[in-house]
Amino acid sequence: MADCVCVVSEFRAGNFRRVSFEVASEGRRVADALGLPLYGIAVGSGVSDKAEELGFYGVDKVFVADDAALEHYVAETYVPVMAEIIQGLNPAAILLPASVDGKDLSARLAARLQAGLAQDCTEVVCENGVLKAKRPIFAGKCLAWCEWSQGALPMISCRPNVMDCKAADASRKAAVEKVDAAVPEARSRALSVDLDTSGKVELTEAEIIVSGGRGMKGPENFTILEELARELGAAVGASRAAVDAGWRPHSDQVGQTGKVVNPNLYIAVGISGAIQHLAGMGSSKFIVAVNKDPEAPIFSKADFGVVEDLFNFVPVFTEEVRVLKSTC
Amino acid sequence: MNIVVLLKQTPDTESVIRIAGDKRSIVTDDLKWIINPYDEFAVEAALRLKEKYGGTVTIVSLGPQRVVESIRTALAMGADKGVLIDDEVFEGSDSLGVAKALAAVVREINPDIVLCGSRAVDYDLGQRGPMVAEILNWPHLGLAVSLESDGAKVTIERPIEGGKVTLEVDLPALVTMGGSHAVWNPRYASLPGIMKAKKKPLDVKKLADLGLDASEVSGDAARIRITSLEPPPERAAGRIIDGGLDTAGKAKELVRALHEEAKVI
Ligand SMILES: Cc1cc2nc3c(=O)[nH]c(=O)nc-3n(C[C@H](O)[C@H](O)[C@H](O)COP(=O)(O)OP(=O)(O)OC[C@H]3O[C@@H](n4cnc5c(N)ncnc54)[C@H](O)[C@@H]3O)c2cc1C
Repeated sequence: MADCVCVVSEFRAGNFRRVSFEVASEGRRVADALGLPLYGIAVGSGVSDKAEELGFYGVDKVFVADDAALEHYVAETYVPVMAEIIQGLNPAAILLPASVDGKDLSARLAARLQAGLAQDCTEVVCENGVLKAKRPIFAGKCLAWCEWSQGALPMISCRPNVMDCKAADASRKAAVEKVDAAVPEARSRALSVDLDTSGKVELTEAEIIVSGGRGMKGPENFTILEELARELGAAVGASRAAVDAGWRPHSDQVGQTGKVVNPNLYIAVGISGAIQHLAGMGSSKFIVAVNKDPEAPIFSKADFGVVEDLFNFVPVFTEEVRVLKSTC
Repeated sequence: MNIVVLLKQTPDTESVIRIAGDKRSIVTDDLKWIINPYDEFAVEAALRLKEKYGGTVTIVSLGPQRVVESIRTALAMGADKGVLIDDEVFEGSDSLGVAKALAAVVREINPDIVLCGSRAVDYDLGQRGPMVAEILNWPHLGLAVSLESDGAKVTIERPIEGGKVTLEVDLPALVTMGGSHAVWNPRYASLPGIMKAKKKPLDVKKLADLGLDASEVSGDAARIRITSLEPPPERAAGRIIDGGLDTAGKAKELVRALHEEAKVI
């Protein structure tokens, strides 16, 4: 019999990333379904001071490895430290963030623990003590339910921005236990970390995204999307055509070979809606398309479509949003 | 520098995916197969390293006989030789089983660096690279959007949420590739390249050649499996905002609809 459910948190630049709280909330649901306590694993530099916050989201007790050598994620140091903690806990399941670092960590940790990993899941269910996880495959063209064989340790990485996050209950603090983990010698290291401090919203975490495609005609025209994005508090994305043309950095690319995004609202401007683009944004809760071609395939996926020249329409639309924001 | 690229063959990204009668697999009969785009970035990165430091590029893949075609494509791009692990025992294997097989081949080749895609566009398991590195007990760096080397170490840039990290590793090491076509711009196979590729060595290996036991890597050994597939939810037909409105009228109506109906702004 297992003793707990484990959730792995992600700590960066002095704070837990939000996805940690989503994973903790999901972990709480799984732990309750299995009738087990929920333990958190928090690894990083300076993480001890914040560890009890995981309790706000349902974690009972947090095991903390706090070391200056763990400031930046490198699999070579994180994996052995986490594996050592987990091996002492005998979990029924481990939930992790399917963030950039989380997916990398999950894979290596699964190999170390000889566990079965369901990566980038959008749903977890527990029926009669049996776990099942759902994950999009073939770029969201199909959804797969995964199950584990008898005796296998289930590991589930959770796609950010998809699973419900509990409201923080600040009265519920987690117990914290510091672990003296030996950080191994590593042949890999972080030389520098550049975090954007401009307050720009990251695409994979954005509530609203305004994306431009080949219809934008040139890099300078993206200013009209940026203005709209500013009014909406949105992030700006792009199609591969716009990225390949060098108008936008590849970190802005949405799609099968770009980022998979899950915003509440996705506004596709001058984007035709190729299958590889839909693969990255098709699960957005609400989709708006602006395209001058009424036959553009994007319209068949959009909740609202506007057939207009974007250069006429977007500035007027931005103005209308501004009016709305100033009146409510 | 001796380089191994782990390559997976995937359906073309344009493919329509149909669920098979068993509800657990997809219909593969009419699919067009390509090199997983991220693995193609790895081939390109490997060829650039070879151009700088010499050595050989070996393509290692696991799958049925049709994968030979993708390996030949990589050979036509400029890789030197190929190894295909083709054995029915891997039917239903999980990522760990596949990684054990790939690692066994890599161990035998004993390269300076292993490159592969950070994910594959089919089952999107996102596990192969880190798992192979773990089995080899090598360091790995993930999601490289740039890759520089002085022959003894490798430096990459890795995008993370809201920024980027520059990472360095001493060889031997494994690197998984991220980025886009714009970053890697994989070269095409030239006609002379295609002719030459036909004569390059391509080894086919069975389980017994890997020194592994079926009980470690077969479908029966899988820790996790797909039990059912379902189509994604249909999106309800959308509405074109028109009603004979002019540009300003449509903008007003869209804002109203997003605010009052969809409640997303
Ligand atoms: C392996 C592979 C991976 C890929 N990965 C991705 C990916 O990750 N992301 C991605 O996006 N694509 C990807 N693609 C590319 C994809 O197939 C399309 O080529 C691409 O999405 C097209 O981008 P687009 O819609 O901006 O351009 P186009 O298809 O050229 O569409 C431009 C649209 O703008 C409209 N337009 C033009 N001018 C105006 C105007 N003034 N006002 C309003 N509308 C206007 C046009 O009517 C048209 O519909 C991939 C392709 C392959 C083969």
